[in-house]
Amino acid sequence: MTELSKSGAAVGEPTAASPAPTAFLEVRDLKVHFPTDDGLVKSVDGLSFQLEKGKTLGIVGESGSGKSVTSLGIMGLHTAGQYGKRKAQISGEIWLDGTELLSADPDHVRKLRGRQMAMIFQDPLSALHPYYTIGQQIVEAYRIHHDVDKKTARRRAVEMLDRVGIPQPDKRVDNYPHEFSGGMRQRAMIAMSLVNNPELLIADEPTTALDVTVQAQILDLIRDLQKEFGSAVIIITHDLGVVAELADDLLVMYGGRCVERGPADKVFYEPRHPYTWGLLGSMPRLDREQQERLIPVKGSPPSLINVPSGCAFNPRCPYADIPKDNVTRTVRPELAEVGSKHWAACHMTREQRERIWAEEIAPKL
Amino acid sequence: MSENPKDTAVTTADAADGDILLKVTGLQKHFPIKKGLLQRQVGAVHAVDGLDFEVRKGETLGVVGESGCGKSTMGRLITRLLEPTGGKVEFEGKDITHLGVAGMRPLRRDVQMIFQDPYSSLNPRHTIGTIVGAPFKLQGVTPEGGIKKEVQRLLSVVGLNPEHYNRYPHEFSGGQRQRIGIARALALSPKLVVADEPVSALDVSIQAQVVNLLDDLQQELGLTYVIIAHDLSVVRHVSDRIAVMYLGKIVELADRDLLYTSPMHPYTKALMSAVPIPDPARKSAKSERILLKGDVPSPISPPSGCRFHTRCWKATEICKTTEPPLLELRPGQRVACHHPENFEDQQPQDTVLLSDAKAAAELVADEVLAESAETSAAVAEAVGKGDGAASGATAKEPAGESAEESEPAEATAEESGAASDESGEPETQAEDTPKKK
Repeated sequence: MTELSKSGAAVGEPTAASPAPTAFLEVRDLKVHFPTDDGLVKSVDGLSFQLEKGKTLGIVGESGSGKSVTSLGIMGLHTAGQYGKRKAQISGEIWLDGTELLSADPDHVRKLRGRQMAMIFQDPLSALHPYYTIGQQIVEAYRIHHDVDKKTARRRAVEMLDRVGIPQPDKRVDNYPHEFSGGMRQRAMIAMSLVNNPELLIADEPTTALDVTVQAQILDLIRDLQKEFGSAVIIITHDLGVVAELADDLLVMYGGRCVERGPADKVFYEPRHPYTWGLLGSMPRLDREQQERLIPVKGSPPSLINVPSGCAFNPRCPYADIPKDNVTRTVRPELAEVGSKHWAACHMTREQRERIWAEEIAPKL
Repeated sequence: MSENPKDTAVTTADAADGDILLKVTGLQKHFPIKKGLLQRQVGAVHAVDGLDFEVRKGETLGVVGESGCGKSTMGRLITRLLEPTGGKVEFEGKDITHLGVAGMRPLRRDVQMIFQDPYSSLNPRHTIGTIVGAPFKLQGVTPEGGIKKEVQRLLSVVGLNPEHYNRYPHEFSGGQRQRIGIARALALSPKLVVADEPVSALDVSIQAQVVNLLDDLQQELGLTYVIIAHDLSVVRHVSDRIAVMYLGKIVELADRDLLYTSPMHPYTKALMSAVPIPDPARKSAKSERILLKGDVPSPISPPSGCRFHTRCWKATEICKTTEPPLLELRPGQRVACHHPENFEDQQPQDTVLLSDAKAAAELVADEVLAESAETSAAVAEAVGKGDGAASGATAKEPAGESAEESEPAEATAEESGAASDESGEPETQAEDTPKKK
């Protein structure tokens, strides 16, 4: 907390006090903490970003970096405390089209969920109900938000299945999820999430469970649908290739916090955080000459109960000793502007990072 | 053992026999489907259906393919965790196809496996000392200096702290567990290590660590790897030669660079074009991507002839009726295709596209079709002149002189645009293809 108040230098970051958001979706200082027997798990610890309609934000990071928890937080799916479990502690603000969601009435949020914001999950087999036909599930999603008879809703379901490229939609609408292949199930999931024309679509690892040829089909589909519906899309993935295909803006998460955020081409071509360098160096790439060796990030991702003090990345960072006074291990770096609409949270000076990137990292990639 | 006459046409590489560690001929595995009270067999899943390849000493053979293509079954067959239905597996010249448990035991030292999921492949009730030491106890081997010392040496070889000897698997992260699995595989200094998706369960930054580790171990210990993976960029990074599998068959087996610069099988080409490239500048360059229509057919009743003909944009009548043999069309590149890319057409007389192929071609950008026609023509020309050096360079042949040859392909694609009203594909995907002028 005290570190946060020091963030006077954090240029470009919205301050939590200003209530009038201009962006379609604005997340301010979102924190999602889970109390457990072992301690407080700080899955998301102060995340802020904005997203406009018609744009795509890619969130990348390793497992446990807080990507999915962020998306569930926006959807308001963390408050499932009625089963006697300890609740997630959520703080911050989420503004969607002028409404603050965290402080809003849960009934109101329920009306928005599915209609104004929808989600595509990673594993379509567990996200679809095995007992109901695909059609029934889409019809239900539609009728909750629209006062129409079953016939109309079914017509709409067939139309959506056709739209996402399922052959013979009028027949397949009566199939059960197990009768669909993996790629078709994911298409059906997309049809279900788009049936109410949501303005915000969150895709959490939409293609991770799919084969590469099917992945290509689904990515194309998401891109085309976005063009058609003009929705804002958040795509969450660990695959930099997928975000490069889709995203306009990129947010790199590490240990529950954003370490770098900016336009996709800036983050790919002029990354300013050592973790982003590490991610880029770890990936073998088909579009480049064969690298002799990959450049991995040493060590493993941090425990979210005991996030390293100072910069969460410091135990794995090869440049942790460059800033003076051991500052990387004591003070948590805040996001600071490193270019137009481009922020990174690193203690090294901008010049140092520009030099390291240009001289040491970029030539090896 | 079942006869497999259609696979006899395969030309085997003329590598010296001494270099070949593992040789597989006509390998088949069919899993029976049983139904009813009497458990009568009603069919079979043709998981692996006639594979021929060999693994040379010291090399890394990568095996790629989509889920369900039989690559994992293949891995389990060559390590003899499964017994083949047909065909032959020879390890160092010895036929191990139908050896029993006792017969295989001495060979288990030489062939080891690394599994995909580091969470389920380590016994949670054993310490890692016991896990990594188990191979010694099972084989009755006492290493110099005792088992404990050897296990600690192995742990440090794979980059773990030897003091963690007494810890349990749950105390380790995914990447560390995969290292434990690698240490166990290396315990008896095997000759062949089969790794089934060794990095796919790991995070990107950890993946790179494990890939580099496998690389180092190969150089230090002279290991031979068969690496099974679905990630084409990882496979390219680690392999010397790569086999591409589709529905239980090898469709292409080639040296790495040949495969990636000039893939010959249309499936290989489609597979590689589907890999998302981490470069935002390529976002708009969608035309290079080949979308395959539909899903992989069921391995219970695989398509006749070439198994890819139902999704191939070049399929003709012969593809439907005759199975293409896996032939060495170019030194170091074996392909099973009647109408290969980047090479002379094997069945030039057969030009009428199947209706399926016409529908499939709609999803392929015109540039790709034109380029493929061009390169094929260029290679045919080069071959005609007796110029054997028609290698990867031809893929980048300028358009100029071969523009005429590319005309027929364009024409057929155009017809297909008009004639394919039976195609069940959605409008969106058709729109993806830029319309003809």
